[in-house]
Amino acid sequence: MGSQGGFGQSKEFLDLVKSIGESRSKSEEDRIVLSEIETLRRRLSDPDVPKRKIKEYIVRLVYVEMLGHDASFGHIYAVKMTHDDNLLSKRTGYLAVTLFLNEDHDLIILIVNTIQKDLRSDNYLVVCVALNAVCRLINEETIPAVLPQVVELLGHPKEAVRKKAIMALHRFYQKSPSTVSHLVSNFRKKLCDNDPGVMGATLCPLFDLVTTDVNSYKDLVISFVSILKQVAEHRLPKTYDYHQMPAPFIQIKLLKILALLGSGDKQASEKMYTVVGDIFRKCDTTSNIGNAVLYECICCVSCIYPNTKLLEAAAESIAKFLKSDSHNLKYMGIDALGRLIKINLDIAEQHQLAVIDCLEDPDDTLKRKTFELLYKMTKSSNVEVIVDRMIDYMISINDNHYKTEIASRCVELAEQFAPSNQWFIQTMNRVFEHAGDLVNIKVVHNLMRLIAEGFGEDDETADSQLRSSAVESYLRIMSDPKLPSVFLQVICWVLGEYGTADGKYSTSYISGKLCDVAEAYSSDETVKEYAITALMKLHAFEMAAGRKIDMLPECQSLIEELSASHSTELQQRAYELQSLVSLDRRAVESVMPSDASCEDIEVDKELSFLDKHIQEAIERGAQPYIPESERSGSLNISNLSIRDQPEVSTQGLRFEAYELPKPVMQPKPSIPQASSTELVPVPESSYSRESTYAVPVPTVSSSASGSTELKLRLDGVQKKWGRPVYVSSSTPDVPSQNSENGVSRNDVSSILTSRPQPSLDYRKPPVEISSEKQRLAASLFGASSKTEQRTTSTHKAVKSTGQAAEKTQVAKPIDPSTPKAAPVQPPPDLLDLGDPITTSSAPEVDPFKQLDGLLDQSEHASVLSHTVDSSAKLPDIMSLYSGMPSGQTSGTVGSISVNGGHLISPSEVGGTLAPVGTSGPVQFSKGPNLKDALSKDARLSQMGVTPMSQNPNLFKDLLG
Amino acid sequence: MTIRFVLMVNKQGQTRLAQYYEYLTLEERRALEGEIVRKCLARTEQQCSFVEHRNYKVVYRRYASLFFLVGVDNDENELAILEFIHLLVETMDRHFGNVCELDIMFHLEKAHFMLEEMVMNGCIVETSKSNILTPIQLMEKSS
Repeated sequence: MGSQGGFGQSKEFLDLVKSIGESRSKSEEDRIVLSEIETLRRRLSDPDVPKRKIKEYIVRLVYVEMLGHDASFGHIYAVKMTHDDNLLSKRTGYLAVTLFLNEDHDLIILIVNTIQKDLRSDNYLVVCVALNAVCRLINEETIPAVLPQVVELLGHPKEAVRKKAIMALHRFYQKSPSTVSHLVSNFRKKLCDNDPGVMGATLCPLFDLVTTDVNSYKDLVISFVSILKQVAEHRLPKTYDYHQMPAPFIQIKLLKILALLGSGDKQASEKMYTVVGDIFRKCDTTSNIGNAVLYECICCVSCIYPNTKLLEAAAESIAKFLKSDSHNLKYMGIDALGRLIKINLDIAEQHQLAVIDCLEDPDDTLKRKTFELLYKMTKSSNVEVIVDRMIDYMISINDNHYKTEIASRCVELAEQFAPSNQWFIQTMNRVFEHAGDLVNIKVVHNLMRLIAEGFGEDDETADSQLRSSAVESYLRIMSDPKLPSVFLQVICWVLGEYGTADGKYSTSYISGKLCDVAEAYSSDETVKEYAITALMKLHAFEMAAGRKIDMLPECQSLIEELSASHSTELQQRAYELQSLVSLDRRAVESVMPSDASCEDIEVDKELSFLDKHIQEAIERGAQPYIPESERSGSLNISNLSIRDQPEVSTQGLRFEAYELPKPVMQPKPSIPQASSTELVPVPESSYSRESTYAVPVPTVSSSASGSTELKLRLDGVQKKWGRPVYVSSSTPDVPSQNSENGVSRNDVSSILTSRPQPSLDYRKPPVEISSEKQRLAASLFGASSKTEQRTTSTHKAVKSTGQAAEKTQVAKPIDPSTPKAAPVQPPPDLLDLGDPITTSSAPEVDPFKQLDGLLDQSEHASVLSHTVDSSAKLPDIMSLYSGMPSGQTSGTVGSISVNGGHLISPSEVGGTLAPVGTSGPVQFSKGPNLKDALSKDARLSQMGVTPMSQNPNLFKDLLG
Repeated sequence: MTIRFVLMVNKQGQTRLAQYYEYLTLEERRALEGEIVRKCLARTEQQCSFVEHRNYKVVYRRYASLFFLVGVDNDENELAILEFIHLLVETMDRHFGNVCELDIMFHLEKAHFMLEEMVMNGCIVETSKSNILTPIQLMEKSS
């Protein structure tokens, strides 16, 4: 076995590991670690710790921190150990330091010197270790201390060193691009390194570089394509193969880079078509890794300039993914579908039933991915179904992070595609009711404005309908207990503005409701502010209409209470209301005009109404006002700051700092020698200066036009709610990808509207499929001219698997060790007796049995009980493994939980490797390591490492 | 292209190896590990091997008693990460021979060394098993 001297550690260490392994609860583990901390503290402070011991102590420190306890007292010893001459100790020291400290820690400065020394070492292994440390421990300030040496090492004869030097440079680039901007050309050079490992590593920094500046790397497209071609043709050494795929991880990285380079660039994309097509053809779709590469191909194809053939291939692969029984592949399929519909919306229709299956799947991960897809394909014809489902799901989950995201998506979709007022109001009500405190406050203000402004078409009746339906629904909802604050604010505002507008409800009815709210949420000042202002408006409108007001007693007491409030804001509003009521009708009308929330308030900036007053004063002999700038003797500081024009600034002192040179802003495209620009900073800075002055102009004007649009009207596309400006500006929580989605969705919807919808086909889905699903599909996907390929039977089978999974989940949602309730398709299990490989190893049972004698009695008993438990199902296998110190007492199929149990377990003995729960095919076979396994088991049991049995206490700890 | 952390946790929720590629304080690590492990342990084998958690996506795979969890950025190829985990296990298996939880516990630093060879700056840099193991074996021989 590879770990020679594997158990050569001290008894103490073995005991520690053993006791940690056997601890049954978190508190027991904590106790062990705490006493270990004391031991280590004592040992390490001893001035003459034997050198060979110290490495072990450091590893024990790593354990302490890994298990969540502070071991800072020992950090300095790890730092010291990096000086050690012994390579193993040195590396362990560096490792411990990287695990303990971040790069800005004070102790790091002590290591820089050691790193420098090690980088100069003759032993390339020492250099490698030092370079590893460079990647983890060097911060922006210490980069210059090691940079020259790292650059030198790029030419080291050993490929391992070159590889790590590249990564160190990559690290510097991540930390502070400017410090290595003159060295970027090295990455290009190393792409052509003879060693595939170096080349593969170089792809990491190049990916980052291409991400930030695509245009400078267009010339590398040919190189990347030819490398990818060679990799795909199996030209790399065999050791890079993984499950018969040639260097799949390198292929994936290259495809990622190509996707960036080909995005929106027809010329570049054309160079890629052949090789991507080749990979599509060659990929082994039966292995996970083959599918991983395929998925990356789809991503690439959906990014680069569209090519019909490749898109077809991608669609075909997606179909395979979606039809697979593996949830992982379905997930990838849904994700890929979301990428491809940006180019071709029809493809979603082909897979409508698969998508619906995923939507109804009990697996949360899959469900969320599907919602993401639906979000991308929402249009006005399916918005109701989609948003409805999203809200249902939103209500059902507890995860606030995701709840916020999905709520803002609902709002966004509703604003963009709402088919009717009623629906819009209802939808917003549901969102606010269940996630009100999570949505952005801007969304709330936006809703108020929408209700006030209506469609933006000159359709007053529609607007007032919208308002009265809002009022009606709010009056219904507001008596519900525990509404979120923001929702109440909307309710109060709308009731104040429009509560009595259509004459359906009386002022006293609505003010009563408002008083109830103010009382029920008496701790929420904002709500009270909204409520009292609403009361003020209601009474003002009443007076303006010439009716006599008689205020409700509860309203009066509310005003009295608030006029003594601690909040000055509330006090002021209460007093304002009191004095408003005592005014006459005309004054009230002009103070509180009805439905005027959208009117512009004219502000007389010139203060012209004061002119008369000034004139009088001057006539009485007062000094006329002299503007500040015209006063003599005063320093012209304000001028300086105002006239910050490029030409002017040369006259006076400049107070702002000089800009940093920005090589990225260079107008010259794709010229590799960045160093030349470094030498001539002058023209560049002037360029960037120009650009910074040029930029504000368009943004200012656009925002100005945007704001006038906000105030004046809302005439966009018909039935389009809100304006796109809002989407991009007010939802910072949504990932940046969204703006992209927004754009694409707009494109899609415009295509759709231009295309006449074949309404006849609308309700003509395939005959065999259940009508409920059909309906959902039709409402989601609209015209479904293409029928789903799947037959009902397979469809049902999949469905029932899902249901079975759901049932087990419901029954025992938490304990993962519960026996499986016979799923329809059991994954390859470690203990799967039906496995032909295992049975073939049956003759080898004997050595296990011989080992039985080594086991102590109790263990034997537990094994026996195990055998009895599961004997009904698995008689042979259990006897097969009776020699193993199995702690598994329940009949959990397919998991050997023991310390001594092999990771790549029982079936490994027979020569195969079968991970639990993955439906990937059998991976590879190697010579039977039976002897090793047996001797190890024997040794483990001799050492007294007894297996852990299941640990219910710990679960209690973990799962509350 | 970024791996944020690699965790190995056993069925009882006890951490067996933890490597973070961005700095988190002890408390943050503790909280993160607790939450993620709870989420993953609660899942059935039929469900996806991917879980979203806050702004991470966690790709996990179970081998006997041990869970391997890798936290990645949102735009990472999940299937590839799943296979990366398997490559790691295969590599450890080649080194230890029938690797088990105890091997990792007794040789924690070596498991870390292998990970160090495979992942730098959160990127997968080496996938050839012999390239990963050679420096470690040479180092063992020399000391």
